[in-house]
Amino acid sequence: MGVFEAEGGIKVEVDEDGFIQDPDVWNEDLAKALAKTEGVEDMDEEHWKLVNYLRNYYQQFGIAPMVRKLCKETGIPLKRVYELFPSGPAKGACKVAGLPKPTGCV
Amino acid sequence: MPKEYKTPKLDDLEKGPWPSFVKEIKQAAKNNEMSNDLLAVLERSYDERIGHWKHGGIVGVMGYGGGVIGRYIDIPDEYPNISHFHTMRINQPAGWFYTSEALRSICDIWEKHGSGLTNMHGSTGDIVLLGTTTDELEPTFQDLAHVGFDLGGSGSDVRTPSCCVGEARCEWACYDTMGVCYETTMRYQDELHRPAFPYKWKFKFAGCPNDCVAAKARADISVVGTWRDAIKVDDAEVATYYDNGMDIFNDVVLNCPARCMKFDHESKKLEINNADCRRCMHCINAMPKALRPGDDKGATILIGAKAPIIEGALLSSVLIPFLKMEDEEEREAWYDIMEEIQDIWCEEGKNRERIGEFIQRVGMANFLEAVGVEPIPEMVAYPRDNPYIFFEQDEEEE
Ligand code: SF4
Ligand code: SF4
Repeated sequence: MGVFEAEGGIKVEVDEDGFIQDPDVWNEDLAKALAKTEGVEDMDEEHWKLVNYLRNYYQQFGIAPMVRKLCKETGIPLKRVYELFPSGPAKGACKVAGLPKPTGCV
Repeated sequence: MPKEYKTPKLDDLEKGPWPSFVKEIKQAAKNNEMSNDLLAVLERSYDERIGHWKHGGIVGVMGYGGGVIGRYIDIPDEYPNISHFHTMRINQPAGWFYTSEALRSICDIWEKHGSGLTNMHGSTGDIVLLGTTTDELEPTFQDLAHVGFDLGGSGSDVRTPSCCVGEARCEWACYDTMGVCYETTMRYQDELHRPAFPYKWKFKFAGCPNDCVAAKARADISVVGTWRDAIKVDDAEVATYYDNGMDIFNDVVLNCPARCMKFDHESKKLEINNADCRRCMHCINAMPKALRPGDDKGATILIGAKAPIIEGALLSSVLIPFLKMEDEEEREAWYDIMEEIQDIWCEEGKNRERIGEFIQRVGMANFLEAVGVEPIPEMVAYPRDNPYIFFEQDEEEE
């Protein structure tokens, strides 16, 4: 467990991978600050498109969508997703969107 | 000097003539704090009968979604050196051939960035590097890339393809396993590094039905070498085995699963009904000097095996009975079928459903129809005794 601090008085609880613990504290400024930790300096339109899709899906279904669905519904191919979020959809985009850590089997 | 821990339970595992992982970890612990703490935690787990590793960290390197498995300890305050203990999977060379220089370079990199502990090789086939921190992941990745190594697969992606030594060392190889494994690895770089499947997908390549990579029991796609003409018999060598006291009738003929062999004690001749032979390799393994696979070699493609993780274990089913592996066109056709299958699985498969489970759920007949592969007798273990295939009423009457 840890605390994530950033400019503008941001101070939220995160887990050891840097995912926020309480989805309700999410806001756009927090997203921008989290994005910086994942190698994204500026959030542009495409970044927000992914992040907003993830948030909406999560609010509706309570889980993160499968990667393929994410690409299909946003029209952003997986290669581009990695260009936008170099650490990938799960570690990068989901973290910025404030979703709980996706579980995956190794 | 690392802190000294008492480890009576682990010490017990060093006894006896066999190799011991405790010995190895202790060796590494002499000048590595991570390995030293690892010993302490392991001893503690044996005492308390509780594992202290948490499951499911998400860490990685830039540009990749797989290859690193995040591990954290649940009592980091007591063992700060291993509060992070991530595993990195490194794509092994085909057939596990290394120069000693390559091995040294991997070990040097890992001693610099991690615990120094390796696992060569796990059942995935990869080089497994055990234990490092989040901050060291990217530098390790960079250093490995400089000496020509790349990360392997993990999570819901194409896992690092693996193969037996094949033609490089083994006389039974029916195709170039290392060549095809390398080709497949390069072809699937995207799918290997950027997980987008419902679950993992493993390719394994065995040069003959002995299947030294245990593909048939674990891989989603097994490519197993075989031949379609007759087993080659050297009569003189058969006679020599007999003269040297081999009980050919009991040990070879009676153990043939197809019961398709005959041995005549008078003439010392072995006869094989190749039409019934199942290419199981038993007789060839028993009399390697006398028997050999035929000349018309290729591979059988099987689908759908898995080890028991989420649901039970599954064995493979035959998908393509024979493919000429050196024929590029046939290989291309095979890759096309793979893509077709992955598309359907990605569209219709449930999260964490392996292809074998998917086929069980939708039915083999429906699955074959969807991917455009004709059902054929080779896919069935016993005619009319297979839960996959249902005969339509009108077909039965015909
Ligand atoms: S699977 Fe067959 S070809 Fe490959 S190493 Fe084993 S015996 Fe040899
Ligand atoms: S390969 Fe197996 S099935 Fe074929 S003849 Fe030999 S023992 Fe019998």
